[in-house]
Formats: sequence, C-alpha cells, structure tokens
Amino acid sequence: MEKFETVTGTAVPLMQNTIDTDQIIPAVFLKRITKTGYEDGLFNLWRQEPDFVLNDPAYADGQVLFVGPDFGVGSSREHAVWALRDYGFRAVFSPRFGDIFRGNAGKQGLLTGVIPEDVVQRIWEAILEQPGIDATVDLHARTVTVGEITAVFEIDDYTRWRLLEGLDDIGLTLRDEDAITAYEARRPSWLPTTIPARTAD
Amino acid sequence: MPETAGAAAPRTLAEKIWDAHVVKKGEQGEPDLIYIDLHLVHEVTSPQAFDGLRQAGRGLRRLDLTIATEDHNTPTLAIDRPIADPTSRAQIDALRENAEEFGVRIHSLGDKEQGIVHVVGPQLGLTMPGVTVVCGDSHTSTHGAFGAMAFGIGTSEVEHVMATQTLPLKPFKTMAVTVDGTLREGVTAKDIILAVIAKIGIGGAQGHVIEYRGSAIRALGMDGRMTICNMSIEAGARAGMVAPDETTFEYVKGRPHAPQGADWDAAVAYWRTLPTDDGAEFDAEVVLDADALEPFVTWGTNPGQGVSLADAVPDPAHLIDPVEKSSAERALEYMDLAPGTRMKDIAVDAVFMGSCTNSRLEDLRAFASVIKGRKKAEGVRVMVVPGSARVRLEAEAEGIDKIVEAFGGEWRFAGCSMCLGMNPDQLAPGERCASTSNRNFEGRQGKGGRTHLVSPLVAAATAIRGTLSSPWDLDAPEPVEEHA
Repeated sequence: MEKFETVTGTAVPLMQNTIDTDQIIPAVFLKRITKTGYEDGLFNLWRQEPDFVLNDPAYADGQVLFVGPDFGVGSSREHAVWALRDYGFRAVFSPRFGDIFRGNAGKQGLLTGVIPEDVVQRIWEAILEQPGIDATVDLHARTVTVGEITAVFEIDDYTRWRLLEGLDDIGLTLRDEDAITAYEARRPSWLPTTIPARTAD
Repeated sequence: MPETAGAAAPRTLAEKIWDAHVVKKGEQGEPDLIYIDLHLVHEVTSPQAFDGLRQAGRGLRRLDLTIATEDHNTPTLAIDRPIADPTSRAQIDALRENAEEFGVRIHSLGDKEQGIVHVVGPQLGLTMPGVTVVCGDSHTSTHGAFGAMAFGIGTSEVEHVMATQTLPLKPFKTMAVTVDGTLREGVTAKDIILAVIAKIGIGGAQGHVIEYRGSAIRALGMDGRMTICNMSIEAGARAGMVAPDETTFEYVKGRPHAPQGADWDAAVAYWRTLPTDDGAEFDAEVVLDADALEPFVTWGTNPGQGVSLADAVPDPAHLIDPVEKSSAERALEYMDLAPGTRMKDIAVDAVFMGSCTNSRLEDLRAFASVIKGRKKAEGVRVMVVPGSARVRLEAEAEGIDKIVEAFGGEWRFAGCSMCLGMNPDQLAPGERCASTSNRNFEGRQGKGGRTHLVSPLVAAATAIRGTLSSPWDLDAPEPVEEHA
C-alpha cells in the first residue's frame, strides 16, 4: 500500500448526501475479476448527466472529494474504493461514512476524514468560488486546507498509523500467528465445520 | 469459547460473543484481533482476494471454516445451459477454478445446496448461535437472527480472513431496538424493519450492532428474524442480532452441520448463556410499538424513505433540513412521483418476490397464501425467485410452484436475481417494481428502474391489484373452481 502523508490535488464538491455504493459504482462493473481499472465505473450513471460535477473540466482531475453525510452506505463492494482510487482520488471528506466502505478505504490507501457538515458546506462554497482550487491534506496534522479554510478531520489512530506507514494488514496479523493457534486450540469441538461436507440428502 | 463465570459486569449478547472471540486484545487504540468461525464466499467479492493469496504464496488457513456458493450472477432460467453473459460466466468460472485450486467446498449452479449465500448457511446448519460469521456481502447481518455476530466485509478483509481466519476490529457500539406488542394479521417482519429504518434513518445505527428485542421479535419464526437482521445494514448498522431461544434451537436441531448427541447438549448449554444480562447497558435504545404497525412501503431511493401503505408520498417542502429536502426532491424526481399521491394509487409494472431478505420457505408460503386461486393483474410481470435450490424443491413439494404459475407468475431458479440485476433479471428504464428485496437505490434493479420495497404479503396483493396494496385491500376471493 502506498504511504499517505501529505497530498495536494484538485478539490471536488459533490453536493449531495446519502451516496450509496451502488451510485459510486453500479453492479454491472462488479463482474470483473481484476483489482484495477475501475475508473470508468466511478459514478457511472451520474457521469452520463452533462451537469454532473466530474464532467466539469475544472474537476476532471479531482483528487480530494468533499461530500454530504452518509457517503458509501449500502453494499460492501470494495470496488467502490477501487473506482475512486483508480480515478485518482486520494481522500474523501464527509460528515459521516458507511462503516464497511470506510474500513475498505483504509485498507486501500484511500483516506476518509470526518469533518462537520457546516465545514463541508463552507468548503463547497469556497470551491465554487474558485473551481479547480486545490485541497491539501496533511495526515500528520490531521488537517485539510482549501483556500482560507483549514479544518481538522477525524480519523482513528490505528488507520492513520497504517496509512502513514503504508502497512499491509495481513502481514501485521501474521505476527500474532501464535496467538491465533493458541485460540484455535481452545475452540469447542462442537463448532461447525464445512468439511467434511454434509447435506440433508 | 465459553467464558469462565465470574462477578463480571452485565454484558449484552454482542459483547459476550465479542469477548469469546478475542484472539488478542488491542492495546493503545489498536483493534482487537477477532476469530472468525465461518467464512461464506461468493463469486463477486472473492476473485481479487484469491488473487492476493496467490501473489503472496498463501493458502487458506481454515478450509474447514469456509464455504462457497454462486448467487449474484447466476441466471434463474435455463440453468443447465452455459451462462450467456461472458463477464458473468467468467466470474463464476473464476470462483470454480479458485475453489478447486485452493480446496474450498463449493456448491455450484445445479447443486441442491446452491443459492443465496445467506440462505445456504442457515439451511445447512452452519449458522448457529454464538458464532462469528463474515462474508463479502453487506447482508451477512442476516445470520445474526441466530444470535450470531455476523457482518459484511470488503474484499481486502475477505483475503485477510482467508489467510488468517481473523479480522482486526474495533468493538462495535450496541443499540437495542425493542419491539413490543402483537403484529396484526397482514403485518410482518419486513414491515417492522422498514418502519425501524424510516424511524432512525439510514445512518441511524452507524457503528452499532443492533439487538432486536421485545415480544414482537420473540414471536417471530427464524425466517422473520432473518428478514429483520438482514436489513440492519440499511439502518447503517454493522450487524443485527436476536438472542437465541427455543425457536432458534428448534430450527438448528437436526440440520446437516448442527451438533449432535452430547455435542448438541453442550452447545445448547452454552447458547443459553448468551442472551443479554439483566442490567446490561446499550449505547443507544429505540422503541417501536408492534400494535400500531401497518404494512409499510418505500416511496424514495433509500430504504429510510418509507411510509405506511395507507399514507401518501410526502412533500419535501415540509422537510426542514436542507440536505434531506434536496435528497427527497431528487428521489421524487427519479421515482416520478408527485407529493401527496396516495401510495395505494401507484401502479407497478413488475413484482419481484425474492432476495436474501425474503426468499425463504416462509416467505414463499406467505406470498402463495395470498395469490392462491387468483390471477395477477393484467400487464404486471411477476417473478418469484426462491433463495436456494433446496428452498425451491421444498416449495415445489408443497405445490407453491403450481400456485405461482396458475397465478400467471414466473417460477424461477435460485439466486440474487433482480435484487441487484447482475444477471439478466433487470427492470427496463422507467419500469416500476414492488420488490421484497432490500435496496431501492437509483438503478439498483436495472438502470432507470424504480423500486418500492415491500413485504411478501404486500408484493402478492400488489401483483393482484396492479397498484401498491396489502391483503387488507383485497376483496374476498372468488370461489375457486379448480384447485391449483
């Protein structure tokens, strides 16, 4: 995973709340078996509308997204994170995220920061005054800056540390393999196993 | 796993299961490492995880705690022929090849145990009280109906569970949703959960695991409890649960993978310790009155935008919050509905009876009980999709297939089908559907399709009248001349 320390890039105002992962990437794009190349799926239905924000040339190379509350609710599809990442987004700011989406983002190096709704609205206004303006995200300081506005965002310490270090979760967990083995030795024998397979017939 | 007794503080069901699965307690803001008892796999969210394993030279740590089936892409017609859509076929082929290569048990199309992953786990007796269950699918919350801790995960986590059988997780907050009283005839589990979501909103339970409690929940069978837990994610929750009781034990007992003999007794003795202790505190509490509930239906494009079927489409002008207001306006535009329209005046083009929310035998029985001996409304397409191949067989043994066909409906093979339209079962642009599924998002059931979420009973009555209806709106059936 790529390390995330400081990122500066085009700020995009997506002035909507409740953006579910079906909107971020429709199910038809989930049939692929690769892990990259999902940029065409990002907001695919909305991008067919001429006035959608990413169709404005000022925002076409967006890297930092500012959205209303409840971003990434619904389906667990990690493709939503891959699509944002493949398009070029490095960070998303919202007053509230869907839990699964937020967890997925943290594992793919996409920063999700929580900032209050009134701050999102002020940032939207600032961007609309200067379309194409950059946002600067400083993960060490936990701040995002757009023009005159600097906001402190919330992110949990553990995710922040992993993003800063670019750490792989599986590698971290396998350092505790002895604890896993010890736990397995304590599990009751009546717990279900899928093998050998049993069916009703 | 069973905890040693002590004078510990009272705990909730969720906290007990969590505590029993801590492999390593996190320190200084680190997550806990949680053991996973059952990992369910399907074709959509697994190929990249298998790839990751291959690249790292890893295998699955516990093949005996892993099971795969095919559901999202599978056709519901002509399942003996090659899948026509090449991308769907490639994804299913990838799952079959991965299962073969890594040694994962798989139930493929054509197998009696194939079906929606959340129907298959319980029917095999793999889902049981007190266990942790994950799957790369948000509706994994379904399994919480057994008093299990079950939640959806992303593909990176799927790979993590495959490699380690654990997940690093921060403890969830707890929420009690108490539903006391008695449901009137015609009001079902689906109406409870739609009303809960409308009440607390789609973000209302964010970060929480919900425990559903109260006399109305206890009175439900397992299929109804699964319907409710299934849609916990639609209220933003990570998981939903119901404490195990005799209803749960009765359901699990005798299933293929249920414990037997002395193991059964040991398991039940443990399961009886799981319900929330008196005096345990929840981080949030919500109360709903079952007596007052009516059949419920959504009008908008998120599952929180719902009203009683007897009500009308709300007017966004009455909403104070500017973001909610604009969201409601956008929803009404997409749904092509005017404020003040009576829900019962809304005509539909299609009725979809299926999905992991409502495709089990009890759901099909409820639907069949309303349509039996009747004909569907002219011009309405009615699709009935059992949740698994086994549910389909069980329904056929009761003659439900014949009732559906005599009604004018289509009796299909098992899968996720039109809940999300990854297979050919989709709405055409502008088509309106009464659906027993779980999401009314824009384009969910097909680009431009419009979805109203309903219970199986409402789906059946709507299929008869052609407009959103409940069994309360039906005239007494005509005398049946020939029995289906």
